[in-house]
Amino acid sequence: MTIKEIQDEIVDEFSLFDDWMERYEYIIELGKKLPLIKEEYKTENNIIKGCQSKVWLQGEQQEDTIVFTADSDAILTKGIIAILIRAFSNQKAADILSADMDFIDEIGLKEHLSPTRANGLVSMIKNIKMYALAFEAKN
Amino acid sequence: MLDIQKIRADFPILTQKVNGKPLVYFDNGATTQKPQVVIDAIAKYYQEINANIHRGVHTLSQLATDAYEESRKKIQNHINAKFAHEVLFTSGTTHGINAVTNGFASILKPGDEILVSALEHHSNIVPWQMLCERTGAILRVIPMNTDGELIMAEYDKLLSDKTKVVTVNHISNALGTINPVKYMIDKAHEVGAAVLIDGAQAVPHLKPDVQELDCDFYVFSGHKLCGPTGTGILYGKEECLNKLPPYQGGGEMIKEVTFEKTTYAELPHKFEAGTPNIAGGIALGTAVDYMNEVGFDNIQQQEKELLEYGTQQLLTIEGLKIYGTAKEKTSVISFNIDGIHPYDIGTIIDKLGIAVRTGHHCAQPIMNFFEIPGTIRASFAFYNTKEEIDSLVAAVKRAQNMLA
Repeated sequence: MTIKEIQDEIVDEFSLFDDWMERYEYIIELGKKLPLIKEEYKTENNIIKGCQSKVWLQGEQQEDTIVFTADSDAILTKGIIAILIRAFSNQKAADILSADMDFIDEIGLKEHLSPTRANGLVSMIKNIKMYALAFEAKN
Repeated sequence: MLDIQKIRADFPILTQKVNGKPLVYFDNGATTQKPQVVIDAIAKYYQEINANIHRGVHTLSQLATDAYEESRKKIQNHINAKFAHEVLFTSGTTHGINAVTNGFASILKPGDEILVSALEHHSNIVPWQMLCERTGAILRVIPMNTDGELIMAEYDKLLSDKTKVVTVNHISNALGTINPVKYMIDKAHEVGAAVLIDGAQAVPHLKPDVQELDCDFYVFSGHKLCGPTGTGILYGKEECLNKLPPYQGGGEMIKEVTFEKTTYAELPHKFEAGTPNIAGGIALGTAVDYMNEVGFDNIQQQEKELLEYGTQQLLTIEGLKIYGTAKEKTSVISFNIDGIHPYDIGTIIDKLGIAVRTGHHCAQPIMNFFEIPGTIRASFAFYNTKEEIDSLVAAVKRAQNMLA
């Protein structure tokens, strides 16, 4: 599936919820299914700055795509990064770089997009795109 | 006894709904809400007397100057400063501390020591570290115990003839501990050190008497005692302020300027370069009047009840641990719940209309001391109620159920 198709799928899932409570419960569920980063990659280098909770993110090249794994000490943050990973993992660097982020707004997480928001969603997106940029430059 | 409903009616924001729920505002340690009289004072200044101060001979400029200087006198009375010119307007606590540390840059020598407490906010750590980098002075830390109290026996040992400055907050922002500042000031003076008291978290709860304390500097922010943001006070003893060079150059702070040599104005203007926050300064005086009308005895009584009730109710939650259990503390409860990140709780209870602070509270060394990423901090003001505490407890329990 393309990034856009996955994003639409996520938007569809979130449209089933009537209130924030259900939305957050779903985010918590997603957090539990996050593809976890290997312990050895939980290094100072892989910590995303600007988050109130700790977030580690690792991107690895597999053939012509990038596979992301992550972890966080806060469960909501895990859920949010799980959503990002679902959209951007196993994708080509060029596609990641050109992807837009409107779906975040559509699933009702727009408030998390403010640059000063403590969970650092903006920093997570930036880090994902940085990986893509680095892989594209290398190849 | 306070008529809480009458008090609450003074604060228009408190009737708001947030995320569809009645607002429960427990982030008073970050900033307090503003009563209508303060909001009106700002509007009135712009509507009726807006003009630059200390400059014009025209009527509006005189009126604005009078109102600004009257506010300075109100604050002088409030903190019992000896002279009005010892009361300097700043943009807040951080500005006040930086003005002092900047001044000490020309006084301190390599090897001189600055004592800072383990309970400080970053704004009372970083400016002193920067000062140490500039001068070669050494920063030493007064340690605390697990209740969040500074250890006076250790403080006594740290003091020596090398100690030039002691800087400590009157009340800790992260834990609410009330520090024994009078003792610390007297001890510091015995070795000839100057003392700065960061009163940011104290002024909402008590009326500092700077002459009785005998501190050399006392700094605070206006917005934490119901005044406007971007206002604050640096109090300094006249002789201490006179020893410090000016912090910023510009208009207002000069006596005479030529390209060869400029001489500086007398206090307080020496430290008040440029056009200040005139509306804010005037409204800060209004805020101080308002707080005194409510009465600090009443404020303390109400906050003490909230602290006791809040502590007791929160402790009914399974796995809840309170950080900061000093015998002397203000209405701040910093807590965590076993196995749950404070950020998760904060995010969910926000959706239930409850405003608390989560995170490290700009006091990372304190969080490191307790080996935690942060806490949830509920900080109560005199306009809060026990019913609001009930809402907080219910919300935390609901979040706990969701997150467990």
